[in-house]
Amino acid sequence: MTALDVLKTKYLEGIEAASDEASLEELRLAALGKKGEISLKMRELGKMTPEERQTTGAALNRLKDEIDAALRAKKEALADAALEARLQSEWLDVTLPGRPRRQGTIHPVSQVMDEVTAIFADMGFAVAEGPQVESDWYNFDALNIAPEHPARQEHDTFFMARDAADPRPPHVLRTHTSPVQIRAMQERGAPVRVIAPGRVYRMDMDQTHAPMFHQVEGMAIGKDISMANLKWVLEEFCKTFFEVPSVELRFRASHFPFTEPSAEVDIRCSWEGGQLKIGEGNSWMEILGSGMMQPKVLAAGGIDPTEWQGFAFGMGIDRLAMLKYGIPDLRAFFESDLRWLKHYGFAALDLPTVFGGLSK
Amino acid sequence: MKFTLSWLKDHLDTDASVDEIAEALTDLGLEVEEVVNPAAKLAAFTLAKVVHAEKHPDADKLRVCKVLTNEGEKVIVCGAPNAREGITVVLAKPGDYVPGIDTTLGVGKIRGIESHGMMCSERELELSDEHNGIIELPSGEVGDKFIDWLAENRPEAVDPVIEIAITPNRPDALGVRGVARDLAARGIGRLKPLEVEAVPGGFDCPISVQIDPTLKEKGCPHFTGRLIRGVKNGPSPAWLQARLMAIGLRPISALVDITNYFTYDLNRPLHVFDAAKVAGNLRIVPAKGGAELLALDGKTYTLAPGQMVICDDNEPESLAGIMGGELSGATEDTTDVFLESAYWDPITIAATGRALKINSDARYRFERGVDPAFTLPGLELATQMVLDLCGGEASNVVSDGAPLDTTRAYKLDPARVISLVGMEIPEATQRETLTALGFTLNGDMATPPSWRPDVLGEADLVEEVARIASLTKLEGKPMARETSGVPDAILTPLQVRERTVRRTIAALGYNECVTYSFIDAKSATLFGGGAEATRLENPISSEMTHLRPDLLPGLLQAAARNQARGFADLALFEVGPAFTGGEPGDQVLQAAGLLVGASAPRDPWGSRRPVDVYEAKADVEAVLSAIGAPARAQINRKVAGWFHPGRSGNIALGPNVMASFGEVHPKVLRDMGVKGPAVAFTLHIAAVPFPKVKTPTRAALKLSDLQAVERDFAFVVDANVEAITAVNAAYGADKALIETVSVFDQFTGAKAEEQMGAGKKSIALSVRMQPRDKTLTDAEIEAVAQKVIDKVTKATGGTQRK
Repeated sequence: MTALDVLKTKYLEGIEAASDEASLEELRLAALGKKGEISLKMRELGKMTPEERQTTGAALNRLKDEIDAALRAKKEALADAALEARLQSEWLDVTLPGRPRRQGTIHPVSQVMDEVTAIFADMGFAVAEGPQVESDWYNFDALNIAPEHPARQEHDTFFMARDAADPRPPHVLRTHTSPVQIRAMQERGAPVRVIAPGRVYRMDMDQTHAPMFHQVEGMAIGKDISMANLKWVLEEFCKTFFEVPSVELRFRASHFPFTEPSAEVDIRCSWEGGQLKIGEGNSWMEILGSGMMQPKVLAAGGIDPTEWQGFAFGMGIDRLAMLKYGIPDLRAFFESDLRWLKHYGFAALDLPTVFGGLSK
Repeated sequence: MKFTLSWLKDHLDTDASVDEIAEALTDLGLEVEEVVNPAAKLAAFTLAKVVHAEKHPDADKLRVCKVLTNEGEKVIVCGAPNAREGITVVLAKPGDYVPGIDTTLGVGKIRGIESHGMMCSERELELSDEHNGIIELPSGEVGDKFIDWLAENRPEAVDPVIEIAITPNRPDALGVRGVARDLAARGIGRLKPLEVEAVPGGFDCPISVQIDPTLKEKGCPHFTGRLIRGVKNGPSPAWLQARLMAIGLRPISALVDITNYFTYDLNRPLHVFDAAKVAGNLRIVPAKGGAELLALDGKTYTLAPGQMVICDDNEPESLAGIMGGELSGATEDTTDVFLESAYWDPITIAATGRALKINSDARYRFERGVDPAFTLPGLELATQMVLDLCGGEASNVVSDGAPLDTTRAYKLDPARVISLVGMEIPEATQRETLTALGFTLNGDMATPPSWRPDVLGEADLVEEVARIASLTKLEGKPMARETSGVPDAILTPLQVRERTVRRTIAALGYNECVTYSFIDAKSATLFGGGAEATRLENPISSEMTHLRPDLLPGLLQAAARNQARGFADLALFEVGPAFTGGEPGDQVLQAAGLLVGASAPRDPWGSRRPVDVYEAKADVEAVLSAIGAPARAQINRKVAGWFHPGRSGNIALGPNVMASFGEVHPKVLRDMGVKGPAVAFTLHIAAVPFPKVKTPTRAALKLSDLQAVERDFAFVVDANVEAITAVNAAYGADKALIETVSVFDQFTGAKAEEQMGAGKKSIALSVRMQPRDKTLTDAEIEAVAQKVIDKVTKATGGTQRK
């Protein structure tokens, strides 16, 4: 064994056995420090013949590199072991709860309004609005409901108090969103396509009625818009809204003062096991009222009925929500029971779109 | 409106099944609400014959019968006294459901003997209340279906009853004949002709009639009547009683039943007076007011001036067109009857009926409009029926006024019909439809029949053609968008903003509520409302009397309800209208948030703390930021009275308040039954200014490579000095250089006062200076710092804390 081999064995074994950084540093100084054994041997090279210098020099350099690498490797191993030991002591109970964050919700009525808006926007309908306290002209007369019309009594209207000195008929809380038809015609003229979602009021409160609920009105006026177009629009709407591949609608003749011809619209469904399924089965469920706009209504909106024609429809938003999401009781919509809000509510970022789908 | 199938067939010649008829009715706009087919529940039962009967060995009152059935001879144990050899009976077999006892039969052992079925009584089959014995049929063969036997021998027992809903425009369909006419026009059979023959009078009517001149124009254009003397008013015949009972009317006497029958059969309400109780003549007059009338419903009505009545020489005898008087009504003893058939004005009848709160079949029909041309024909037909059923002799007709002339014509434009409906209905079909419904066509002009007061324009012709053609057959046709290509945005900036507000608040952890737009007077008043103009004239309850002036009371009530259910920590919000008055448009869009209780549940990290004003402020600021409100608005303390006066503020641009936030006033919490703490915010969504120019381009981002310098300062100020005073003063020290000023600490309370003196506090500011063109020297930084100190101490009256 050469002297270099002895040195190598000594240092590599020393490094291997070192248990901390301080002893490693000692070994480094003893071998590679200014006065270290390897460094001293390097210095002796100057006294050698060129041939000796070449072979011994190369061997010394190799030894130096080898010891240096061993030192670094051991240093890293020691550091890893130290970190490992620290991490072992830093254990936390990760089954404990995270820091609390409140989770908000969107009310089903708002969500369904957004869904309805998304669908009709895609078909080119804008969103119109109107006041909820209405004059009786907008709520009734302009919609071809004369003061003595039986429909006027059937509307269960809320009237506003009227000062005895004020000769005008009392204002009403709008009984339907249809007055927005008149306002939209007055503001926008023809052609026009709008929907008008919003609150409506009827003097009715029992198991299935609340004195306030929500409707969405739809209206399209053009040169040749027909009831067949109305049916298509409603079919497209229902298919998209209920997120089914197809729907079947049935128009039934009916009567509304503001449309003529008028139709109530049923949708094919099944109720197997109490579970509503739209688009299949042998039952029909009434979902909305609709028709071609009465010429008098067009005229009340300032539109010439000999030149323009169009359709209108109205449906209950709360009812759409109940049908789609299986919510049983209308009155609960307005009770603000936290459990209900959380159970039937939607996440803030569940913004319904046609391109992304309406519901998750 | 109810009728039976056989009744319908009096007017309609048809072989259509009840299902086909029901389907057509619904499609025609006469929506079927219910079809009750008594045959359905009797379909299983067959005829059988008792071939042997003997006493049960172990029971005196039971008989053991051998019964011949279509399935051979069976043993049946029977308790009926008339169960005996030779009678034909109605058999229910094991497995059959017997409606009158609500039981599905099985094979039973009765006192040790197996019984294979049951022989039924009328009550057990719900045919009548008869239960003294089992049914004995006078005819029929073993194995015949019982419903077939009934159809032949007792058709009314298996006559389906159809109930339809009548829309207010269709008074003609309030008579069975009108329903039949619609079906005939659809092609479900043929409308049978209605022959009206005048009944010749044998003598002059001793009672004359006169319509007050003020009523001839409108209230009662036409009144006809006549006396029929020597009648015998007993029970009406069985067929008539059966029909009335089938539609839910109680048979009373022949005369009364005839008037009810005409009401439903031909939509021709009539009235019968007992002539013996009529003094003198009849006059149709407006009531003077104050008079009382005991009506046929047994109630006494006090008449208001102008209400239309029929008077004899002494007093009102009938509420014209609504309800007759009890005293002059026909009874079993009536021998001379005055029969009335009149046309009453719909509006007048509706007004009086509403005022007196009487809902009668007559009012219901007159206020929708009966056929004005059928007044006299109706009288003639009814006269004949009285003579047929009660005998007697009719007088000549007395009348006043004349049938209303309803003649009018509208243009039928077949092309427009097709364009509006979107269905190819040939012109010939359109004309046939109208003709079948009773319209008269003269060229392209269509004159509606007298029984269709609802037809008032061309659009009504379209409707008639469309509904008879069947809207069920309508096929959808695509409707293209008005513009091609990618559509423009359709929401207005305010509509977009409303959605952003709603979803931002939800993202901040609030649960959205939708509460009623009306609240109780007390809550309305607490929140600055309750004005008379916002009061509902006819509220549905005392909790819902006024339009809400603000969204917070609704949320506070919701919080109280949830607290009562055991939920103490709440974050509720609503976006919706609040009302500033009672005129259309006195409505503003608000968003309100309410935090109650603690901001978090108890947890190991101590996250739970009571909600405080700074939480509400942070949330409303986040919402304001989300809708692009200016970042540096003012905070003022001119808050509404329902906030804690010392712990609330407005976020405003000058006088324009965009939002309010703060603790809810403890008094309001107490009044509304909410356990605090509670903090809230209200956002006036439209008050936040919209950008004057809408552009997606952002201002250029200015970044500096030069090192920013942050310096901290602490000041001792009076405890009531607002931090914003110090912040604004610091900004003013060097507007170009100072990028941000933030409050990073405050030191208040007893310990602070101990150190700094009574009534003092300390606030600490961090000021960030961003050089733009060259690095700042120490001297420059010191100079700015000194200016900050000078400005803040001057503005706050405080001192720098060393």
